[in-house]
Amino acid sequence: MATREFAAHDAHVHAAPTSWIRKYVFSLDHKVIGIQYFFLALTAVFVGMFLSLLMRIHLIWPAAALPLLGEIKPETYLTLLTMHGTIMVFFVLTTAPQGGFGNYFLPIQIGAPDMAFPVLNMLSFWVTALAFVVMLSAFFVVGGAPLHGWTGYPPLSALPAAGPGEALGADLWVISIALFCLGALMSALNFITTTLDMRAKGMTLMRMPLTCWAWFITAILGLLAFGVLLSAGILLLLDRNAGTSFFVPLVTINGQLTGHRGGSPLLWQHLFWFFGHPEVYIAILPAMGLCSQLLSVFSRKPIFGYKAMVYAMLSIGFLGFMVWGHHMFMSGMSPYTAFAFSVMTMAIGVPSAIKTFNWLGTIWKGRIRFTSPMLFALGFVSLFISGGISGPFLAQPVLDIQLHDTYFVVGHFHLIMGVASIFGIFAATYYWFPKMFGRMMNEGMARWHFFITLIGTYAIFMPMHYLGMAAHLRRYSQLTELKYLHGLVPLQEFMTYAAFVTIAGQFLFLFNLFWSMKFGEKATDNPWEATTLEWTTATPPPHDNFGGHIPVVYNGPYEYSVPGAPRDFIMQTDPAILKAH
Amino acid sequence: MGLVLLVVIWLITFISAYFFLAKTWWLPVGASAAAAGIDHHFSTTYILMGIVFVAAQLALGFFAWKYRDRGATARQALYSHGHNGLEITWTVLTLVLFVGLNFMSSSIWASERFRPAVSDAVEVEVTGMQFAWYFRYPGPDGKFGATKPELEDPSSGGEGAIGLDTSDPASKDDVVTGTMYVPVNREIDVILRAEDVIHSFFVPAMRFKQDAVPGLAIHMHFTPIATGDYEIACSQLCGLGHYKMHGILRVVSQEEFDKWIAAREAEKQ
Amino acid sequence: MASTTTNASVGTAEGLRIGNGSTDQRALDFSARLRRARLGLIVALVAVVMIFVSYSSAYVVRQGLPTLDPRTGTLVHDWLPLPLPSFLFLNTLVLLLSSLSMELARRQSSREAAAGWMTSGSGTSEERTDGMPWLGLTSILGLSFLAGQWLVWRELAARGFYVATVPSSSFFYLLTGVHGVHLLGGILALLAASAAALLRRPAASRAVLVDVTAWYWHFMTFLWVYILCLLEFAR
Repeated sequence: MATREFAAHDAHVHAAPTSWIRKYVFSLDHKVIGIQYFFLALTAVFVGMFLSLLMRIHLIWPAAALPLLGEIKPETYLTLLTMHGTIMVFFVLTTAPQGGFGNYFLPIQIGAPDMAFPVLNMLSFWVTALAFVVMLSAFFVVGGAPLHGWTGYPPLSALPAAGPGEALGADLWVISIALFCLGALMSALNFITTTLDMRAKGMTLMRMPLTCWAWFITAILGLLAFGVLLSAGILLLLDRNAGTSFFVPLVTINGQLTGHRGGSPLLWQHLFWFFGHPEVYIAILPAMGLCSQLLSVFSRKPIFGYKAMVYAMLSIGFLGFMVWGHHMFMSGMSPYTAFAFSVMTMAIGVPSAIKTFNWLGTIWKGRIRFTSPMLFALGFVSLFISGGISGPFLAQPVLDIQLHDTYFVVGHFHLIMGVASIFGIFAATYYWFPKMFGRMMNEGMARWHFFITLIGTYAIFMPMHYLGMAAHLRRYSQLTELKYLHGLVPLQEFMTYAAFVTIAGQFLFLFNLFWSMKFGEKATDNPWEATTLEWTTATPPPHDNFGGHIPVVYNGPYEYSVPGAPRDFIMQTDPAILKAH
Repeated sequence: MGLVLLVVIWLITFISAYFFLAKTWWLPVGASAAAAGIDHHFSTTYILMGIVFVAAQLALGFFAWKYRDRGATARQALYSHGHNGLEITWTVLTLVLFVGLNFMSSSIWASERFRPAVSDAVEVEVTGMQFAWYFRYPGPDGKFGATKPELEDPSSGGEGAIGLDTSDPASKDDVVTGTMYVPVNREIDVILRAEDVIHSFFVPAMRFKQDAVPGLAIHMHFTPIATGDYEIACSQLCGLGHYKMHGILRVVSQEEFDKWIAAREAEKQ
Repeated sequence: MASTTTNASVGTAEGLRIGNGSTDQRALDFSARLRRARLGLIVALVAVVMIFVSYSSAYVVRQGLPTLDPRTGTLVHDWLPLPLPSFLFLNTLVLLLSSLSMELARRQSSREAAAGWMTSGSGTSEERTDGMPWLGLTSILGLSFLAGQWLVWRELAARGFYVATVPSSSFFYLLTGVHGVHLLGGILALLAASAAALLRRPAASRAVLVDVTAWYWHFMTFLWVYILCLLEFAR
């Protein structure tokens, strides 16, 4: 793929394209592609959120007839849950922080005119967009979308007879994920090559902003993980359509033999989680990098322990590939293996804890400016603590006996992988909007949005831990059958009401976004008084990012409140600090 | 703004912690030999993690308020790039805490999963299918008869549902039921099978959960210590009827159990 | 490291804008682009490796894993080894030869690129398309290999081994098929390189394309030998 890039690279001279199609649709400019990814994720997040709202409504009013949609049936609930999970994990949490903001700001922050392979970059966006269309199309085929959950465990996901939506809908689901993997691999290739090869003079690895480190490590994880998911997806397609038995043993569905024999359902789980666990870090690492950055910028203080942060992210990335088995403690995997995975999982908690301590260390003795990006960064730390603290419960197989597949797990991963990452995306939007669109977002609306979202998400997801302790299982479409669930319904009702409020708050964000594009206050080149390279160039940046010259870097990214300096920040391109040290 | 943030974060922390401390919602009452150990380890983990949770959130809220920007006259922020001693200290502390917790629970895990069931355990074969559980007892001969996938017919229930081959002599005395009867204070050797997709056999009160996987026969054991009826649930997504795939585990005295199984055998003749 | 990076990227920008820069400048431009393309290729190959690592582990796991025989309630092994058609070894020879001719093409084209900025000022490669026969030969050998693989599939099918017949035949079709798709990508890149030569694109950019295609091609040959060993020795 890299090879075919170069024929086109010749054409990619640093003159801006003039036709509308080349400029806004099939653009090679990483900034336009970044914005395209951002809007793709924005669409996806509202679709995913709408699906979750339908689920919450169905849980507490199972017989309610909704306008246009009618009554939600139990199997439809499972369809909603599958599509909500898949869309959120792939098209929001993977797409927005990396494809969106990473694409836009990685080249600028390291002082490069563009990504290493612009055509590949464009291709990866359009393949991802196609994957999203294919995913949504599953809703509209005969039988509807699949109901096997975002983890798609065979035989349920491999046998068209196993349930409604498992026919064509499930094929489209697998194809969409395979396409997404291709897009993600191309994108990872670009990120890694760009980071290694296109840094400006003086931008050593240890002078890179932590955002760039996070994008770089995320790209490495993506490169190693998505190939495995792609392979597993191909095997699943073969089992579904070519009659092979990679994952399906001898089974009968409703008394009918399926013709498969000898396959291993656990093999899928191993392949899936080999991808699936690093995927968690693919979603959260960019948010970690960004929030580290923001805590430093708005505390007017250097980041506490820059090197420790880098090493922590590297060890998270490394260990992230050795813990996939902790999703499989109850799966029938060897209990000895389970114990080994559990030790590794506890060990991966350590770098996460290091990062939390360093964030607290960064705001300690700072001068905190409560701008909207800073609020979301502080909210991120709070959510990261809350979501992280339930990790050591689930990492122990003994406690997993009780907690596995309960709402405790759902609460855990929603707080840390879902909401914390989304807070990272919100922080990024409020922080970089001025650079991207030339105007500031409205601070008043942003503050309301922050408090509604922070309190609202805690109100939705904290009670899930209580439900989980009381053995409330996940993926239950009706709470009427098991008797011990009856007492838990009031808590479910509370969560649904909280969801209504929280989702309403997100429309405030949407309104603020579009309103500010048109009517926001004009932004200066460096409205936050930050030091990294994107704030040295014009707002919005010119086509080649730095208007014909390539910056030279002299300082680390977090030189705030340097004693004796004229201002409380020193740009990375400022030679002044050389004298100070 | 710093004060508002402090109040919000502290309130969230206190309210969350209150419901954990008040045990408003808690683990179901345990009724197996393993429950006490598991619950004790849960409490240990929960106290340690609870302290970390409250301390970290309170510190976050406090710092946000204390180190807010107080305007131009105030002192500058501290210029510091960190402290290696501190980094090493908290790395070692969390490593000891996390990995230590894990090793504390390893003996419970070992007794649950590393050793096979004792030789005089009561054997019960549990078969999951969309969307029911069936339980099979080997009968006086102590041997399970053959089953055939081509004979499986869920609509007929019982023996037909698990495809019992009645021509096999060993299957003559096999008892298949829809409710799981077990004697109290005896170890139960559960053999888990699934016919169609993955199910998961979960008895909350027994602190017992294990996936039933097609293509595998998984042996697992537990010892009920109190008589009574306990709900069985399916905890692995298995299709549209997942929510209604449940059953009853009835723990009775040894005499009652013997009486019950004899009555079932008599019915078969 | 950092300073060479900058010089190189400045060089890229200049070299693209000004067609008749100094010899040094264009040599620098060429080496910078070559380095970036090779780096991209290495990263892409890591992704390919991951795909085959997952298939290899699936192969080993599936082979060793017993499955429940529901009739007796015991675990049995259901793996039957697949006898490999001897025709495969001829195919292997063809692929090895194609790698050789690919290497000759690569050396030829990088010599041309070097000669290009030493002698001509315009940067285009006039009639210097001597690499063409080697590129063409490589494409033909590559296509012959794929045709040979197709014949192997036909032979297996004639013997009654289809994709879903036994697990070993499923893996055989899977591994050869996925490798074939990757090799087809290499052939497309070769065609692009030949087209670049025919269209008189600058020798330097063609040389970069040929160079990374060559390394990709060698990797595909290596990968094939690995797959063959897996299928032959881990039956």
